[in-house]
Amino acid sequence: MEEMSNKQENEGLKRRSFLKYAGAGVAVTALAVAGCKKSDNHMPNPEDGEYFGSGDIAILNYAYALEQLEAAFYTKVAESPYSGISTQENSFFTDIRDHEIAHREFFKAAIGGSAIKGLEVDFSSINFGSRESVLATAKAFEDLGVSAYNGAGRLIQDGKYLVLAGKIVSVEARHAALIRDLISNGSFADNTVVDMNGLDKSRSPGEVLEIASVYIKTKLNVKDLPHY
Amino acid sequence: MNLFNIIDEIENVDQEIHERLNPRRAALKSFLNFGTKVTVAAMPFAIGGILNKAYGQTVPGDVKAILNFALTLEYLEAEFYTKGVATSGLIPSGAAVAALTTIRDHENEHVAFLKTALGSDAVVKPTFDFTAGGAFADVFSNYDTFLAVAQVFEDTGVRAYKGQATGLMSNKDILTAALNIHSVEARHASHLRQMRRARGGAAANLKPWITGANDTGIGSSVDAVYAGEDNKNQAGVDINQLNGVGGKISANAATESFDEPLTAEAVLAIVNPFIK
Repeated sequence: MEEMSNKQENEGLKRRSFLKYAGAGVAVTALAVAGCKKSDNHMPNPEDGEYFGSGDIAILNYAYALEQLEAAFYTKVAESPYSGISTQENSFFTDIRDHEIAHREFFKAAIGGSAIKGLEVDFSSINFGSRESVLATAKAFEDLGVSAYNGAGRLIQDGKYLVLAGKIVSVEARHAALIRDLISNGSFADNTVVDMNGLDKSRSPGEVLEIASVYIKTKLNVKDLPHY
Repeated sequence: MNLFNIIDEIENVDQEIHERLNPRRAALKSFLNFGTKVTVAAMPFAIGGILNKAYGQTVPGDVKAILNFALTLEYLEAEFYTKGVATSGLIPSGAAVAALTTIRDHENEHVAFLKTALGSDAVVKPTFDFTAGGAFADVFSNYDTFLAVAQVFEDTGVRAYKGQATGLMSNKDILTAALNIHSVEARHASHLRQMRRARGGAAANLKPWITGANDTGIGSSVDAVYAGEDNKNQAGVDINQLNGVGGKISANAATESFDEPLTAEAVLAIVNPFIK
């Protein structure tokens, strides 16, 4: 049952992101060709979307975008808790909300003038009244966040930003494990996220943004975001 | 810990190591003498330094030293869970033994992975004393002690990998693998903290994340494991002064939302009591 709903969730994600992609999905497509456009020195055109910048600044904006998404999600969860939420679960969700807000506000302060604006989110696919829907979405966001930071590590130039990413990713992994255990106790590090070598997942920025794009209305310009 | 094996092993595959080191032979000699006087804690990184001098940029000796440091921690964890799971009557059947078996398997996979990466440069497994000289005398007969030591190992592991990340930046694939181990250790830590919370007692209010310095309920014997986790300042930003919901981000949330790294020296000082 659980497996089924996760599968549906994932397939829903894929289908919706593909549709968005096919329509206005400039962001991720641009990512794929960014490497071929080194000669393009023009200032970013606002019509191309919210510009992430390049190098480490772009990676920081990428993290900032993901943290905005998570913070907005948990803010909504805390504002309108699902029916039958326990005191304990409510307390955990409040903590997680505060952690994600701390991450979001940290990036906003650290990036300063080069920070992207506040993103407009689309949570129409989430049923905030349903424990199952909220937990499935939380799990998807936390596992995605872990894989995003893990995958971005190799793209970071400055060691101090790598350490900062490291300080945050383990907190996201703690969240992910808890959410997974709330769905099914003991699934904190099951074989859907940990491989035969005992390694967690890494995702490239392109993969992450494709998945996340379902929840983001704002058009993103990630043409200079480092990638692989 | 036979860390001098690293140089012996390299001699096997690289007969010219002494030629490479020749201009600095006196330095090596003094290092080896020095090594008898310093604590083991400082050694892997000193050796890393020597390897760097010998190989310049071609063979990342520092990366190898870091991997051997990680391997030592993984040996510790793998043997700990392997013994615990094999001890009859220690771990309640059902969810508890299932979770600890999952963790045991991951740690053994990490050992195998790092040994493969290091090849003949892998350090040999030390002999462990999981009572830490008697500090945790009932570690394999008292389930709560076992879980407490497990939590300490996992939270230390997370901090240890985090502390070495910048040392691996020269090899992107190894960095990525280390990050992928790092987040698995954090998942373990989260689950172990939930297991201890469910046991109640001193751990009744424990959260999956670290609140301030030493939230374990274990006592001051593990203060070093959590030293600095009460940091509220990140890259010059005071997290406690950022806007949260209905006011500033709380002090607890400020410390919980960022895990802190530990230096190799600090980690080795923590694990040395467990190494015979």
